[in-house]
Amino acid sequence: MVRSAEQPKRWQDDLYEELKKANVTQFCYVPDAGHSVLIDRSLADPEVHSIGLTSEEEGVAMLAGADLGGARGVLLMQSSGVGNCINMLSLIKGSRFPFLAIVSMRGEFGEGNAWQFAMGQAVEQVMSAMGVICLRVERPEDVVATINAALTMTFRAGQSVAVLLAQKLLGAKKF
Amino acid sequence: MKIERLPAAPARFALERTKVVPALIGRHQDFLIITGLAGAVYEVSALTDNADYFYGLGGAMGAASMMGLGLALAQPKRKVLVVTGDGEMLMSLGSLCTVATVNPPNLSILCVDNGHYGETGYQISHTSRCVDLEAIARGAGIRLTHSVIIEADIAEGARLLRAGGDTSFVLASVKPTDGPKGMLNLNGAECRDIFRRALLGPH
Repeated sequence: MVRSAEQPKRWQDDLYEELKKANVTQFCYVPDAGHSVLIDRSLADPEVHSIGLTSEEEGVAMLAGADLGGARGVLLMQSSGVGNCINMLSLIKGSRFPFLAIVSMRGEFGEGNAWQFAMGQAVEQVMSAMGVICLRVERPEDVVATINAALTMTFRAGQSVAVLLAQKLLGAKKF
Repeated sequence: MKIERLPAAPARFALERTKVVPALIGRHQDFLIITGLAGAVYEVSALTDNADYFYGLGGAMGAASMMGLGLALAQPKRKVLVVTGDGEMLMSLGSLCTVATVNPPNLSILCVDNGHYGETGYQISHTSRCVDLEAIARGAGIRLTHSVIIEADIAEGARLLRAGGDTSFVLASVKPTDGPKGMLNLNGAECRDIFRRALLGPH
């Protein structure tokens, strides 16, 4: 589809299309404003499964099950959900499952809600403690290269990777 | 005033798991099987002789049902069976809600409820007090549910685990004893490789 100059393609659409190109067919998420484009596009796409979760650790286990069946998936969550995943990530590390998460960050650049800082600031430490490699994106022009790097590291090299969409990229929520 | 009492409900936690679990599962070769940690994983590794269509968890408590969901969606032509205990299920009740919203027809969950945390010394679990996991599964929206409390309940439980059409949840209420202890492979990465190679071929 050709888009006019007034409507530049959103980086969120590029992100979705790169995931599709890499045969990601299971999208699981806890609803989040920062992921609304990916969530809505996966829900509208009959070629993928789009699964709402009650808590983020469910997605970690689900992606391990997908891998056992030869499918690829991604977990979409907010930084606050990273803490909910900690022990479930032992499944990923212990059994060397490939694992891809995209995390919309809160509790950093321009955050106005004090409740978000504790977990937001701990995301990289928590992830790296559980063996998940973090790739942080702050500029729209870096989104595609970063997700492709993450897809290669995850599904070719079998690593666990979290792409962190920084609050500088997403914009801080207004209070 | 005369008070009419309902007939007493059959006593729970009375069946022998060594009889009930094999009778409910039947021909285990028909399934891809995920088991939760502790009692269930020992039991199914013994039942299947550590078969390559069985992936048993040695940790990650609460993972079993959601692993079953991911596998069922990835392999829509295969029947996927999750076998887990009451303690593992209690840790991931939200998974029942998530599974119900998706309702894959090729997924069944068998929860072996002995009312105790057998692995850690038989402390009682919430199901010994008041919690009814079948009612929770039904309340979550799982359409095919059944409790196996007396022997006469087994046939319907076995049928539901293979019924298809909707996801099913069968609760087997058994005595607080261990199942048979098979040789357990605690190397998760090796188990993953074995399972994937058998299902997907070498690659």
